[in-house]
Amino acid sequence: MSDLKSQATSPDLVNINPEPDSARQRFWRSVEEREGTAAFLEAVAPEFPQGEVPKTALNRRDLLKLMGASAGLAGITACTKLPAQKIVPYVRQPEEFVPGIPLFFATAMPFNGVGRGLLVESHLGRPTKAEGNPGHPGSLGATDVFGQASVLTLYSPDRAQIPTHLGKVATWEEFIEDLGDHLVDERSSGGKGLRILTGTITSPTLADQIQGLLTDFPQAHWHQYEPCGRDAAREGARLAFGQYVTAVYRLDKADVVVSLDSDFMFGEPGSIRYARDFADCRRLTYPGATSNRLYAAESTPTITGSLADHRLQVRSSAVEALARALAAAVGVAGSGSAEPPAGVSADWLAGVVNDLKAHRGTGLVVTGDHQPPAVHALVHAINQALGNAGQTVVYTAPVEANAIDEMKSLKDLVAAMDAGQVRTLILMGVNPVYSAPADVPFLAAMQKVDFRVHLGLFVDETAAQCHWQVPEAHYLEAWGDVRAYDGTASVIQPLIAPIYNGKSALEMVAVLRGQTYASGHDLVRDYWQRQASGGHLNAGANFEDFWETSLNNGTIEGTTFPVKQVSASVGAIPAAPRPLASDAVELVLRPSTSLWDGSFAHNAWLLELPQPFTKLTWDNALLVSPGTAARLGFKREDMVKVQVDGREITAPVFILPGQTPNSITLHLGYGRTVAGGAGTGVGVNAYLIRTSATPWILTGVQFSKTGTTHHLVTTQNNHLIEQNGQLHEEESDAAFDRRVVRVGTLDDYRRNPAFAQDPPEVNTEAPSLYPNYYDYTKQQYSWGMSIDLNTCIGCNACIIACYAENNIAVVGKDEVDNGRDMQWIRVDTYFRGDLENPEAYNEVLLCQQCENAPCEYVCPVGATVHSPEGLNLMVYNRCVGTRYCSNNCPYKVRRFNFKLYSDFQTPSLFPLRNPDVTVRSRGVMEKCSYCLQRIMEAKIVAERESRSVRDGEVQTACQQTCPTRAIIFGNMNDPSSAVKKLKQQPRDYGLLRDLNTRPHTTYLARLKNPNPEIKG
Amino acid sequence: MAENDDNLTSTAVVETEEVLAPGHTYRSVSDRISDMVLTWPVGYKWAAGLALAVAMLIVLHLALAVVFTIGVGVWGINIPVGWGFAITNFVWWIGIGHAGTLISAFLLLMRQKWRTSINRFAEAMTIFAVACAGLFPLAHMGRPWLFYWLLPYPDTMGVWPQFRSPLVWDVFAVSTYLTVSLVFWYTGLIPDLATLRDRAKKRATKIIYGIVSLGWRGSAEHWKRYEMCSLLLAGLSTPLVVSVHTVVSFDFTIAILPGWHSTIFPPYFVAGAIYSGFAMVLTLAIPLRRYYHLEDFVTMKHLDFMGKVMLATGLVVAYSYVMEAFMAFYSGSPYDRYMMMNRMTGPYAKVFWTLIFCNLVGPQALWFSKIRRHPWVLFAVSLVVQTGMWLERLVIIITSLHRDFLPSNWGMFYPTRWDYMTFIGTLGLFFTLFYLFIRFLPMIAIHELRDLVHKTEHEKAAAH
Repeated sequence: MSDLKSQATSPDLVNINPEPDSARQRFWRSVEEREGTAAFLEAVAPEFPQGEVPKTALNRRDLLKLMGASAGLAGITACTKLPAQKIVPYVRQPEEFVPGIPLFFATAMPFNGVGRGLLVESHLGRPTKAEGNPGHPGSLGATDVFGQASVLTLYSPDRAQIPTHLGKVATWEEFIEDLGDHLVDERSSGGKGLRILTGTITSPTLADQIQGLLTDFPQAHWHQYEPCGRDAAREGARLAFGQYVTAVYRLDKADVVVSLDSDFMFGEPGSIRYARDFADCRRLTYPGATSNRLYAAESTPTITGSLADHRLQVRSSAVEALARALAAAVGVAGSGSAEPPAGVSADWLAGVVNDLKAHRGTGLVVTGDHQPPAVHALVHAINQALGNAGQTVVYTAPVEANAIDEMKSLKDLVAAMDAGQVRTLILMGVNPVYSAPADVPFLAAMQKVDFRVHLGLFVDETAAQCHWQVPEAHYLEAWGDVRAYDGTASVIQPLIAPIYNGKSALEMVAVLRGQTYASGHDLVRDYWQRQASGGHLNAGANFEDFWETSLNNGTIEGTTFPVKQVSASVGAIPAAPRPLASDAVELVLRPSTSLWDGSFAHNAWLLELPQPFTKLTWDNALLVSPGTAARLGFKREDMVKVQVDGREITAPVFILPGQTPNSITLHLGYGRTVAGGAGTGVGVNAYLIRTSATPWILTGVQFSKTGTTHHLVTTQNNHLIEQNGQLHEEESDAAFDRRVVRVGTLDDYRRNPAFAQDPPEVNTEAPSLYPNYYDYTKQQYSWGMSIDLNTCIGCNACIIACYAENNIAVVGKDEVDNGRDMQWIRVDTYFRGDLENPEAYNEVLLCQQCENAPCEYVCPVGATVHSPEGLNLMVYNRCVGTRYCSNNCPYKVRRFNFKLYSDFQTPSLFPLRNPDVTVRSRGVMEKCSYCLQRIMEAKIVAERESRSVRDGEVQTACQQTCPTRAIIFGNMNDPSSAVKKLKQQPRDYGLLRDLNTRPHTTYLARLKNPNPEIKG
Repeated sequence: MAENDDNLTSTAVVETEEVLAPGHTYRSVSDRISDMVLTWPVGYKWAAGLALAVAMLIVLHLALAVVFTIGVGVWGINIPVGWGFAITNFVWWIGIGHAGTLISAFLLLMRQKWRTSINRFAEAMTIFAVACAGLFPLAHMGRPWLFYWLLPYPDTMGVWPQFRSPLVWDVFAVSTYLTVSLVFWYTGLIPDLATLRDRAKKRATKIIYGIVSLGWRGSAEHWKRYEMCSLLLAGLSTPLVVSVHTVVSFDFTIAILPGWHSTIFPPYFVAGAIYSGFAMVLTLAIPLRRYYHLEDFVTMKHLDFMGKVMLATGLVVAYSYVMEAFMAFYSGSPYDRYMMMNRMTGPYAKVFWTLIFCNLVGPQALWFSKIRRHPWVLFAVSLVVQTGMWLERLVIIITSLHRDFLPSNWGMFYPTRWDYMTFIGTLGLFFTLFYLFIRFLPMIAIHELRDLVHKTEHEKAAAH
C-alpha cells in the first residue's frame, strides 16, 4: 500500500461521498478506499481486477523475475509437512494371506470362446502369472502364448478405464439411465430393434442369461461372430453327420496322424491337450520304445508340421483334392476323384494310405479350421471308414452354447442394420468394425443404428464408432464360466476386483434384463445351483461344498460332454471345386501366431514375440517361398499390392523357406488402427481383403510390386544364398556343420542309440590355474535341464512365460532391429535340405548354466559367479556393464540393458511384476537364472520341513508352461530325478561341449520316424 | 634474438642427412625452440588449428553427454557384438602411445641420439593418446559411475575386483603406463622449463615457468640427479612398451572366441602398436617441421629412421596376419576356419581388405629410400597405416563377434552417428591438447639438443 500512498492525492474530506447504507457494514483500510476515489481504484486495479483480466504480454524481465520467484517458492514447498496418513494393518490377517507367499487360484480363460484351464499366481491380491491347471483336461498344467500373455492384457495401460458417451467421460449410472430409456421403447415392441453381437459363447451361464433376455424380448436377436472362429469345422460336421457336433481328438491313442493343413497343436480349442498327448507318444526314452508318426500336408510351415516325419507341401486350395483322394483310397463312398492333386506323389499317398490302413483304430486324420467344410466332412468320413471314429476321435455335442453359422449370423445382422430394423445394438467383447470381412459393410450398416453400445476391454475401432463404450472386465476381474474343448465347464474365478470398474458380459446382459445390481458371482452360482437341483449335475447333498470344490479344482465335475454316436457320410458335400491352375498363386489368411485375430494387438509381449519360423517381430508379412518370390520378382521387404475382387492392401514380402510354392500366407490380426500405444499401426490389416464366402483361402489374387519397401525385423537372421543352383541358408548350413541340431531316424537310434553323443569327455580334470572351487557332483543339489528336441514344437509359450516370470522388458521394433531383444529364452530355427522344401528344426536356447562358464572369469567385478549348486548367477547390483561376459558366451544367451528398457513410468504395469525378481535398470547384463527365485522358494520350504527338495517340486517357468513337456528341470545329483534319467539317455547331447563349457542344459536329439514306403 | 639466427629462419629449406643440421650452436638451438613458446602474439594458423580441434572437442562433450545420459545403446553395439568402436578406439589410442615411450625410453637406453629431437613431442603424444584411450573403457561401461569397482579399494562389503579378468589387468596396465609416462615426460621438461623461465621477458611468464621448473638451477648436482632419474624412468618405461599392449591383447586372447583366442596376439599387438605409433609421430612431425621450420632438427635422417621402424614393425604385423590365417585353417577348428573365411569373404570383407591394403600393401613403399625421404609421401603413408591399424582392431572385434559359435547368434554391427562422434571427439581432445602443448611447452627438448650440438662438435673435432 506504500504505492497507494504516494500515488493517491490527499483526500478531500469535504467531498467525501455520502456513505451508502450498505457501506456502513464495510470495513475500510484507508480513507482513499472509503472514498473510492478514481486514484484509489486505479491503484488497486492490478490487484483486484474488475471485469475481464487484460491479457498483457509479459516482458522478458518480468518473466525472469516470476520464474525466479516460482523456482524459489517451489523449493519452499519441499518444507511443507505432508498431512499424516494412517496406514492401518490388518487387524485380523486373512487366512493364508502372507506377504511374500503367493497364492494360486484356479480359473479359466476364454480363448476364441473356449475355456483354457488356468492356475493364476497372486501376490497380495495381484495376479502376476498364469499357469496351466494340471486338473483341467484342456491344459494338464500347460498353457500357450495367449494364456501366458493375458496377465499383461489385464494391466495394459491402454485399457478402457471409464465409460464414455460420444467420446466424453461418463458414469456407469448415466449409462444405465440412457440404456433404460432405449430399452423402454424396445420392451414395447418385444425387442424388435434390439440386437446383441458377441463372439463365440460357450459359457453356460451367459448363454442362459442371453436366452432369458431373448425371452424378455422375444423379437430380439443374438448374433455371434468370431473372426477366427470354427465355422468350417461346424459346417463340416453338419455336412457329415447332419448335425453340429464337436470332434475331440484322442491323440494319446493315435499311432499314425495325418494332418491335412491342420495346426492342431496351436490355436484350436484342444491344442494344448493335443500337443501333450501327441508328445507323450514320441518320448522314446529307451531304444525299444515306439513312436507315433505324423504326416503333415500343409501350405505354410506350422509348429505341428515341424514335428512331422513326412511333411508335404501342398497348397491350401489343393487340400480338398488330397482329402478326396485319401478318402477314395481308404474306401469312402462318393468322395469323388481318387486322383491326388498335382505335386503329391502317388508314392506319398500310397504310403499314407497303407499306414492308415495298417493302423485301423489307431490312426487319425485331422484338418485345419481354415479348410472348407467339405474337407472336414471328408476327414470325418475317412476316420469313420478307418475305424478311428470312437477311438482316436470322438464326437460330442457342440461346446458352443449356441452353435450357428457365425458368418451368416454377422451378415444377417448387417442386413438388418442396413434395412434400418436395428435400433439398439449391444456389442460385447467384439470388434467387428475391424474384423468383419471386407464384403460385409459392418461399419456403414452399424451407423444406421440409433443406439450403439460397445462393451470392450479396449477402446477399439468399434468402440470409436459407438455411442457408448463401457469398459469390460478382464477374465481375471469378473465371475463367469466357460466350457473347454471337450465340454468340461470351469468357473472363471476373478483374482482381483475390476481395476477400472469394468463389467463382464454377464453383468451387461443382467442390466439389459433389468437386474441392474446382479453380481456376476451370484449369476454364475445360481445357474449351477439350478443345474444341480435340476439333476443335471451330481452335486451331492451340499451344493456349497460342490461349489467350493469346483472353484478349487477349476473344473465342474460331471460337465464333460458324453461321447455321441454319429455316422458320417459324404453325400451332402458340394462338388469338388475346379483345381487352381498350377502356376496361379493362392493367398491363405491365417490367424496370427502372436496376435491371433487382432484381439491381442495391445499386448507388447506378443508383438515382440518372434513368430515361429520367420522370427518376425512387430509385423506381419506375405510369406512367400524362395522359388515363388524369384518367379514373381519379389525380394524380402518389397511392398506388394494384393488385389482381390477390386479390394487391395499393400503388404511386405518375407521369403520363408518351406512355404509351399505358389501359396502365399498372410496373418490376420495386424494393421489395427485403434489399438493403443503399442499395437496401433503395426503390420497390415488382412481383413480388408477377406470375404465372407472364402474367409481363409483366396484365389484369383493379383500381386504386383509397388516399388517401395518396408523394413522387417527378425531376431534370427536368414541369409539365403544360392549354391550350385540350390538355395542354402548360411546359418542353417553352419548349424548342421557344427552339429548344433542333431537329428537321426528311429532306425539310426535303434542301431546306435548314442548316435548323437560326443565322444566321451577326456581329461576333464586337467590341471587348471583356476580349479573349480566346488565338486559339483558332491553337492546336495546340482540343477540341470533337459530339453527334448523330439517333442519341442517351438510354440513360443516358454518365451512368454519367461516374460511374465522374470519381468523381462519389451524394447520395441527399432531396438529388436539393433539386436537388443531381451528374451532370456529363444527358439532357434534351422532348415535342412533344399530351401524350397526343407526340414525345419526348432531348438530352444536359454542359459546353458555352464559348469566351466566362460562368462564368469572375464567379469572384472565378479558380477557373474557360480553357486555351489552349479548355477551361473548374475548379480545385477554388482554389474558395471562391460559386456565382456556376453562377448565370451558361446551361446550368446546374455541380454544387456543398452538403454533403460524396463518401464519404471507406467503405474498400471507395476502390479504385474513378479516381486521375487529384480526389475533391471540401464547398463546391467541379465540372463536366464533357471528361475532361481522358484528354486529358493522350494529350498526354503524343504529346509523348514527338514528334507531335500523333491523331484518336480521346482519347475522353471518355461518348463511349467510347456504344452509338450519338452523341458525337464531338476537335481542332477539325485539319481532318481527325471532330469538325471533323461541326461543318462544315450541321445543326450550338450551344445558346444567341445569347448569344455560343461553345460547343465542338454538336449535330447531329434528322431524321425519315416515311413520306409515313402522315398525322398 | 632474431638477428642471431638469420640463417636459420630463412624460408629456403636446406634438407640435411644428419640428425642435426650443421652450423647450430648452443645458443641457436635454445633460441629457436624457446622462441616458439615465448613469441607473442600467436600465429593465426595455430589459432585456426586450435579452433578446429576445440570444435571437435565439443563434439566429444556432446557425444559423451548423450552416452552418459541415455546409455551405450546410442552406439551400434548389440548382442552379439557387445564391443564396437569404443574398444577399437581404446586399443588404437593406446597403441599410438607406444611410439612415444619407445622413443623416449627404449631408444634412450639404446643410446640412439636421433631420438633427441622427436622425443619430446612423441612423449607428449603418448600422454595425450593415453588420455584419449582412457576415456573409452569408462564411456563404454553400462554404468560408468561405478568405474571404481574395478579398483582394489577397501570396500566395506569386502568385495574385490575379479582378478582373473583381463579388464582388471588393463586398469593396472594403463594407469601405470599413464603415471610413468607423465612423470618421465615432466622430468624431462624441467631443465627446459627453467630455460624458458630464464628467457621469459614478461613477469607473469617468468613466474609460471618458475613454478613449474621446480627451482632448477642447472647445477652439476642437478644434472647428475636428472640423468640418473631419466635413466631409471627409462628403465621403468621400457618394459611398459611391451607389457601394456600385451595386457591389452589379453582382453581378446583370454576369451574363447574364435578370432580372439590366439597366442600370437601379444607380440602382434606390440608390433602393431609401435607401427601405428610411429605413423602418428610422422603424422605430427612432418607438418610440424614444415610449419615451424624445424627441418634442421627433424631431419631427413629422422624421417628415414622412422620409416624404417614402420617398415620393420609392419612386416611383423604382416607375419602375424599370415600366421593368424594359417593357424585358423591348421587348427582344424570349424569355428576358427569359418571366422577366417568370414573375415575374408563375409559382410565385412571390404573392411578386411582395406585393412590388408593399408597395413600390408601400402607400407611396402617404405622399402624405397626415396619414399622414406619424401616428407609428404611419407605423411600419406603414415595416414594409411593409421587407418589400417584402426581398421585392424575393428576387424578383430567386429568380425570375431558378429558370427561366432551358434549360427542363431549371428548378427551385424552398424555404427551410429554417436559412434563416429565419439571417435572424432577424441581426435579433437588429442589435437586440442597437442596444440596447447606446442604453444606453451618446448616441443623439442632444448637441453638434449644442446647436448647433441656438443656431441656433434666433438665428433667433428675427432674426425679432423
